[in-house]
Amino acid sequence: MSMEFLLAYRPLWAILISLVAAALIMLTGDKRPNLRETWTIVAAVGKMLIVFSMLPLVLAGGVIEIEPFKIARGVSLHLRADAAGMVFAVLASFLWVVTSFYSIGYMRKLQEEHQTGYFACFAVCLSATMGIAFAANLLTFFVFYEILTIATYPLVVHHRDQESIKAGRKYLAYTLIAGQLFLVGILWVQFLVGHGDFQPGGFLAGKASVGALQTIFLLMTLGTAVKAGVMPVHGWLPSAMVAPTPVSALLHAVAVVKAGAFGIVRIVGYVFGPQLLAQLGVAQILAWFAAFTIIVSSLIAMAQDNLKKRLAFSTIGQLSYVVLGAALLTPLGIMGGIFHIVAHAVMKITLFFCAGAIFATTQLTRVSELNGIGREMPYTMGAFTVGAVGITGLPFIVGFISKWNLALGSLQGGQGVYVGVLLLSSLLSAAYFLPIVYAAFFKKSEPQVAKHHCGEANKMMLIPLLITAAVSIVLGVFPNAGGGLYDLAAMSAQSIVSGQFMVGGW
Amino acid sequence: MKEQLPALIVIVPLLIALLSPLVAYFSTRLLRGLGLTAAAVSFVSAVGALGHALTKGPWHYYFGNWAPPWGIEYVIDPLSGLMAVLVSFLSLVVLIYTDSFLREEGWLKQGIHYALYLLLTAGLLGMTVTGDVFNLYVFLEISSLSAYGLIASGGYKATVSAFRYVLVGTVGASFYLLGVGYLYAITGSLNMADLTVRLQPLLDSQAVLIAMVLILVGMGIKMALFPLHGWLPDAYTYSPPAAIPFIAGVMTKVMAYVLLRYFFFIFGVLNGFVPLVLEVVGWIAALGIILASVMAIAQSDFRRMLAFSSVAQVGYIGLGLSLGNMFGFIGAVFHIINHAIMKCCLFLVAGGVKWKTGEHLIEKYAEMSRRMPLTMGAFLLGAFSMVGIPPTAGFFSKWYLILGAIEKDLWIYVVVIILSSLLNAIYFFRVIEQAYLKKAPVAEREKFVEDKKPELPATMLVPIVVLGACILVVGILNEPLVSNILLMAFPGGGL
Repeated sequence: MSMEFLLAYRPLWAILISLVAAALIMLTGDKRPNLRETWTIVAAVGKMLIVFSMLPLVLAGGVIEIEPFKIARGVSLHLRADAAGMVFAVLASFLWVVTSFYSIGYMRKLQEEHQTGYFACFAVCLSATMGIAFAANLLTFFVFYEILTIATYPLVVHHRDQESIKAGRKYLAYTLIAGQLFLVGILWVQFLVGHGDFQPGGFLAGKASVGALQTIFLLMTLGTAVKAGVMPVHGWLPSAMVAPTPVSALLHAVAVVKAGAFGIVRIVGYVFGPQLLAQLGVAQILAWFAAFTIIVSSLIAMAQDNLKKRLAFSTIGQLSYVVLGAALLTPLGIMGGIFHIVAHAVMKITLFFCAGAIFATTQLTRVSELNGIGREMPYTMGAFTVGAVGITGLPFIVGFISKWNLALGSLQGGQGVYVGVLLLSSLLSAAYFLPIVYAAFFKKSEPQVAKHHCGEANKMMLIPLLITAAVSIVLGVFPNAGGGLYDLAAMSAQSIVSGQFMVGGW
Repeated sequence: MKEQLPALIVIVPLLIALLSPLVAYFSTRLLRGLGLTAAAVSFVSAVGALGHALTKGPWHYYFGNWAPPWGIEYVIDPLSGLMAVLVSFLSLVVLIYTDSFLREEGWLKQGIHYALYLLLTAGLLGMTVTGDVFNLYVFLEISSLSAYGLIASGGYKATVSAFRYVLVGTVGASFYLLGVGYLYAITGSLNMADLTVRLQPLLDSQAVLIAMVLILVGMGIKMALFPLHGWLPDAYTYSPPAAIPFIAGVMTKVMAYVLLRYFFFIFGVLNGFVPLVLEVVGWIAALGIILASVMAIAQSDFRRMLAFSSVAQVGYIGLGLSLGNMFGFIGAVFHIINHAIMKCCLFLVAGGVKWKTGEHLIEKYAEMSRRMPLTMGAFLLGAFSMVGIPPTAGFFSKWYLILGAIEKDLWIYVVVIILSSLLNAIYFFRVIEQAYLKKAPVAEREKFVEDKKPELPATMLVPIVVLGACILVVGILNEPLVSNILLMAFPGGGL
């Protein structure tokens, strides 16, 4: 194997490395946990290195494209590392490394069962995520999308109790039905056009009647909106919070749900294209649903006492930022949407890490029990505070940047009402997060908290959450730090709206 | 030797079948060796013949050098060659697997089992390679009679269900024979190629319509096309685990192949009454897919669930047939291949579990994933393929079938296929939940935790794992299969 071959096939290696790791994890088994976890770490770091090694080329405007083989008559397994895909891949591969360490700390602290299956499925999920990021046509996207659906299921039902089995059924019902609808849309496109290759700006214009195109859009967005938690098809996400916290952190705040949101970006930007969607008038409807979700989920979040449930509803709202950004069809809106994939990911994973650290250390899960916890776990709650105020959109934390662009994007499209939605959402998220912060630091300790004198979580959990909190701040000040993700988001938005005016971004 | 390959495919298992009881009397080990050799020779010959058909065009082999249409010819074209490879491959795999079940039996029972099994193999292979509609009937009877025998050997309940199968199956075969009689009366020929030519001007005649319907009903019974499937659930549930994976995997598929052969090749999908007949087939297939899937959900016996699922899956093939276009054809043939593999695999799993634990009820599958990890791994692949999760093979049958349905603007079929996937998900995930998530009762758990023996003997485990892997491989590599073989097989083929 020559060097060139190895380099050219990097997107494939990025997918396969964790698949191989999953096999090794299964073979190693419960008897040698340290060796088993070594595979996870090696695969995570290896995957990140592979993905980051492609960055310079993509930032310079290039793509790495491969078609290893045909996967159906006339359709290749087609992988392409382009700007939008790299945003998702860089994000997921970086956060997997952090999460892997956190997972090990969390699972060992709680002495969870079935750890072998857990780490193996996690690795498969990340393979699928890379596949989704790099997929260059609809079928390839769908193959990995379904693998992700299936590989996440064991993680949702991890505890094997009645509640998690029920949650697993609900999860499958939502995602499998959605997948089938998505499939019909894909096949319809396949029939109409003869291919499903993503192209910036879309490829469906003029290929079918308005009604047919609208139906296809509906099928495809329904298929992806379920994973992206757009209301009213969000029901599985709060239930899926029965999974261990690292799963909620990486999969239910980053990989799985963002796969849905990313899918919507691909559909809007690379299958239909803003111009066609503006003619069809369907993106408007998607934007309404997104706006509705943003507001209503925040209201529901306020009523949740279970911390993870509250985070879940917050996630539902934040995911719809991405959907809204795509549905605005304006350059800055799309860019803000894509960048929000990153922004929300680092903030929300921090919050979930904190929730998990609190649970693993004190067994507390309810918001009302957290009075005074900040004095016991100052670093954890400090990180939580960063994530929380970041979500509300405070400047100098990464959430502000995407919101700023989304707001400008709404104005660009002459849809000022969405600026109002964004502002209201900020206020609401402040209303459901800040009381937690306040109670943690300033209220008198609850007896359970005081009694425990638990101190901080162990380092395997603490360091990852401090890292992601720090990343939220760094990216808030220098959005291009590390991977140039902000530029990548801008590049993909630019390519989608080719020629349109892009001005006034952050 | 090489020029006799088409004959070897059928003759070798046929001869060994006749010798089996005799050989068994002297040595059951020798019998096993001979049986495996026969299946292997069939398989190798079939692969060779298929290779010849793909590179040099269809291979017409005149039996006894009597030229058709008077003599019987064997025709290996890409489609029949592929079917022969499939049948002989699964026959070989299942034969390897059966040993553990038979080893305890006496020589006579072993000899008879091998005889019947090889006769069944020979019959099914004969049906695929023959180019003569009456010769096909002969092989149909050979395979059916041996299948009745094999099923009946499963004990008391099996005898009853086999008897029912005998009655219904004989009716089916008679219908087929009547249909052939009509065709013979109309054209004076029994050779398929000859019939094709002679029927063209006559396709608008009522007599041909009757022949068509008779053949359809006859084969419909044999392939358990809804609502003619009544015999199947009992027969599959009670027959012995040594035989059923092969019967369930292959038999209904070969019958489906015969229908494809008639409608796509002999009658031609666009001619005369054919579109009308096919439309009816499509509707009942669609109905069957849904109803049988619902029935499958209601079953508590794993084998019975698989049996109803078979009825539903045969509907997919009927649907592809009824579409009558290229994608429908590809979908149907591809589904024949992968349903044969996955259903065979799932029945091997069911047999394996039975061998290990003596259980067939789904509720007894608790913690099976820990007792039999590899077996259950193969089961997972089979289940995912039935549901249609990419990249398993089942997904791609659906891919081609739906493409065919969209092309014909038959959206109702699209809905049916989607709905069926979801119903499949319900009944397979029920088993998955049971095997992977539920805890076994404490008493049972103690038993299997202490059990340090391997989950299954290698002769059982290897076939299971190989077929499980096939499901994945056929799925991922479906494109070469479709482009290089199935498209060549399509009438007027090679696009």
